[in-house]
Amino acid sequence: MHEMSLCEGIREIIDDHARSNGFNAVKMVRVEIGRFASVEKPALQFAFDVVMRGGVAEGARLEMVDLPGKAMCFDCSKEVEIDDRLAPCPSCGGGRLMPTAGDEMRIKDMEVL
Amino acid sequence: MCTVCGCDGASIEGDKHHHHSHHPHRHGHTHEHGDHHHHGSTDLHFGMGAAGVEVAGMSQERLIEIETDILAKNDHYADANRKALDALGVFAINMVSSPGSGKTSLLCKTIEMLGDWPLAVIEGDQQTANDAERIRATGASAIQVNTGKGCHLDGHMVGHAMERLDLQSGAFLFIENVGNLVCPASFDLGEDCKVAILSITEGEDKPLKYPDMFTVSRIALLNKVDLAPHCDVDLDLYEANLRRVNPGIEIIRVSARTGEGMDDWLNWLKNSLDRKTRQVAAE
Repeated sequence: MHEMSLCEGIREIIDDHARSNGFNAVKMVRVEIGRFASVEKPALQFAFDVVMRGGVAEGARLEMVDLPGKAMCFDCSKEVEIDDRLAPCPSCGGGRLMPTAGDEMRIKDMEVL
Repeated sequence: MCTVCGCDGASIEGDKHHHHSHHPHRHGHTHEHGDHHHHGSTDLHFGMGAAGVEVAGMSQERLIEIETDILAKNDHYADANRKALDALGVFAINMVSSPGSGKTSLLCKTIEMLGDWPLAVIEGDQQTANDAERIRATGASAIQVNTGKGCHLDGHMVGHAMERLDLQSGAFLFIENVGNLVCPASFDLGEDCKVAILSITEGEDKPLKYPDMFTVSRIALLNKVDLAPHCDVDLDLYEANLRRVNPGIEIIRVSARTGEGMDDWLNWLKNSLDRKTRQVAAE
């Protein structure tokens, strides 16, 4: 889907930090991707390699950390962890779940030179 | 000139695509430094590894905490849009759907029924100004934003489009996003809410196939209900599936063609605007 746009966002953030922190090269970028973020990891990796070309993060390693999906169950009022947006509540089996976490797309940290 | 980013011009109707580079120039040289100093035969080592010790003029590998949302830049533009809209007391609706759900027809009918209520429209499509022309034919002011290869509108595009619209206090701003049930879900434009339009010819399981979009929408308009007798559709199943992915979603069955349900939709709009006006006044 929009992995290319996401990588452009990553590059802007890296460039901002390169200016403010005064580094010239990035070795590794670690991103956290929520279960429900609809990010296709191979597509993100591909877009990352393309978008970082010619910048401080060219050739950098992209590490993707998975974050779990969580939802509030409207039937048992518990916050539960689910793998799939449409999964039933693991606690009570209810089907009315409102996602509360899992749509994260964040740059956690990076290793720079 | 853009007050947020300082750029001028945008990829907005009639313009060439505006390249907005935030990337700095890269130095023509890189600073190659070794990880350790070699001190010949006198055995003086000032740290051996990457994180060994601080040596003047030597950069070392380090880990920088970033903790920033990847879409932070977009969110920054979206926040600026939201503040501008709040200051004006404009209620902004981000209309999302698959292509062909009847967004533009629904919008034309909505505008017609709103009469001389102040409103403006931002039309997002990859190509053509067809939709903006259809809106302008109703007498409303509209700006077309062509995204080129882009699959969604973003906060930056909408900010520039807003500059070109004469937004009045108490108006509605309808933002018709690019027809796409995936990407527009992630990009905040600064709107008050997303409205999903789902036409009944698309299949009852559409919300299950594309849950993200229906999860982030406050209300779903089940459009083209006049076709229901001619198609094998189960309208209740549409609603059940919508509520399965978003238990809190409001649903109105409408037909832009016959006008069925349109009064409920208009009441929803006016109540939402009224609620916002009172909220803004109270702050």
